Amino acid sequence: MNTPSNLKYTKSDEWFDPATGAAGITDYAQNQLSDIVFVEILVDEGEEVTVGKAIASVESVKASAEIYAPAAGKVSAVNKALSDKPESLNSDPYGEAWMIKIEGGSTSDVMDAAGYESYCEGRSH
Amino acid sequence: MTYIPISPAERDAMLKTVGVKSLDGLFEAIPAKHRFPKLDLPPALTEMEAAAHLGDMASSNENVRQDLISFLGAGAYNHYVPSVVDHMLRRGEFYTAYTPYQPEISQGTLQAIFEYQSLMTNLTGMEVSNASHYDGATAAAEAVNLAYAQFRGKRRKIVMSPSVNPQYREVIRTYSQGMGLTEAGDDSSNHEDGPEALLPLVDESTMLVVVQFPDFFGRIFDYTKLINAAHEKGALVCVVANPTALVMLKTPGSMGADVVVGEAQPFGIPLWYGGPYLGFFTTKKSYVHKMAGRLVGETVDARGNRSYVLTLTAREQHIKRERATSNICTNQGLLALGCSVYMSVLGKQGLQEVANLCYQKAHYAASELSKIDGFGLCHPEPFFHEFVLCTPKPASEVNQYLLDHGVLGGYDLSADYPDMKNHLLVAVTEMNSKDEIDTLVTLLKEME
Repeated sequence: MNTPSNLKYTKSDEWFDPATGAAGITDYAQNQLSDIVFVEILVDEGEEVTVGKAIASVESVKASAEIYAPAAGKVSAVNKALSDKPESLNSDPYGEAWMIKIEGGSTSDVMDAAGYESYCEGRSH
Repeated sequence: MTYIPISPAERDAMLKTVGVKSLDGLFEAIPAKHRFPKLDLPPALTEMEAAAHLGDMASSNENVRQDLISFLGAGAYNHYVPSVVDHMLRRGEFYTAYTPYQPEISQGTLQAIFEYQSLMTNLTGMEVSNASHYDGATAAAEAVNLAYAQFRGKRRKIVMSPSVNPQYREVIRTYSQGMGLTEAGDDSSNHEDGPEALLPLVDESTMLVVVQFPDFFGRIFDYTKLINAAHEKGALVCVVANPTALVMLKTPGSMGADVVVGEAQPFGIPLWYGGPYLGFFTTKKSYVHKMAGRLVGETVDARGNRSYVLTLTAREQHIKRERATSNICTNQGLLALGCSVYMSVLGKQGLQEVANLCYQKAHYAASELSKIDGFGLCHPEPFFHEFVLCTPKPASEVNQYLLDHGVLGGYDLSADYPDMKNHLLVAVTEMNSKDEIDTLVTLLKEME
């Protein structure tokens, strides 16, 4: 499992980069979903989001999931190229497959990499 | 195979769980006198007697195969159904109304649906077809669901032409209750309006424009201009189409339509009693994730052989739950098969011959009928196999007169358009011989 140490993580498996404001889904999440075939970003640039607001909808071959905002703030960018390349959520969830950027994003109840790793280990059976 | 839903031990365990001793105890809340009331039934009949009795009752129906000459259409059309269609429908391997559960084990059913989808996209000029809906009206309503999902509720206005089948408009209104939609254009008193009348109604809040091709009155309009204008405002356009007409006319896909739906009953399904019928739903690939219903795709199995699967199922309600476009997770499997068989048996040339016969016979009928004093064609626009005949007295009286002479006249438009009292919607298909058309003409000439 890949959990970069510079990112913050939520219990619903989103990551947030405090340095750039970028947000997306974790390596653990993409692995659980398996092959992702569709992604739709549900917010527009300039929109205000609160923690927990649905920002994207993802469909894999076997499941569907809503992705929630890991931080509150103004959406400063949306990854428009992502919908044409949903498989990048599997191959590069922290890089190419960022979903949105949240300007001045303030987080609450997030974990660091070590905390998220032990949280995920606790869920595997 | 015996099908026993529960064993006695399982039943007892369930009774124990809910805290009653016996099955009777479970029904105690129903007063005893209502549990097994004495039914006032006549003595039982033998099978022979029952068959004779039911036969008597059935023979009091008049049908368009033997008893009546029919010029009634208005959404359901009397076409010839080759016997092979019925033969295929009765095969045990296919005899189910539904997409099967554990679908991949039923490769034959999935292949039939895949063929159906492929044929439908060819017919409409669209990129993708789902596995079908219950009927044309519900397919049209699913186009509203698609548009609503596509704009994520941010656009909530539908512009509907008054010349879309009134029943379809009614079903759309029923489906969209509670979605907070506003409607424009759907005013039956503006029935003469063509597509240009809808143009000023389409704005930046419009999610979907719904038109019919040919429209309910049989008129043929090229919707290209309307569709382009709607796209400029960012709205989607759904065209409700007649499949027989699509064989001959420009496809809605080539006009730029986003969704093309309709009633596939004319393709291999008898009139029956108004159903069950078959709704087709086709769209562009870019909207496939917002499309309702099942979708069959082609792939290869572990050995590299061609095989079929239900594909993109994560968009459906059994996985996506309340976030799905629609609550429809099934199709009209058996009739979609019948439709595929019909199209395959007739082939491209056969379908073209059917369409051409409908067109030629309808135009012969229209030409002869409009020569009668007091009668005339109500609309100047080109038509396919259905047209509105203006009559010298109320259409209801004309229909009664014709019925007295063994002819099912046409559709009395005043039922849906109150100011169209002397307007009869007449449909002519390949089933109407020249003699039948001449009989209609003669009868109307002699009408007092």
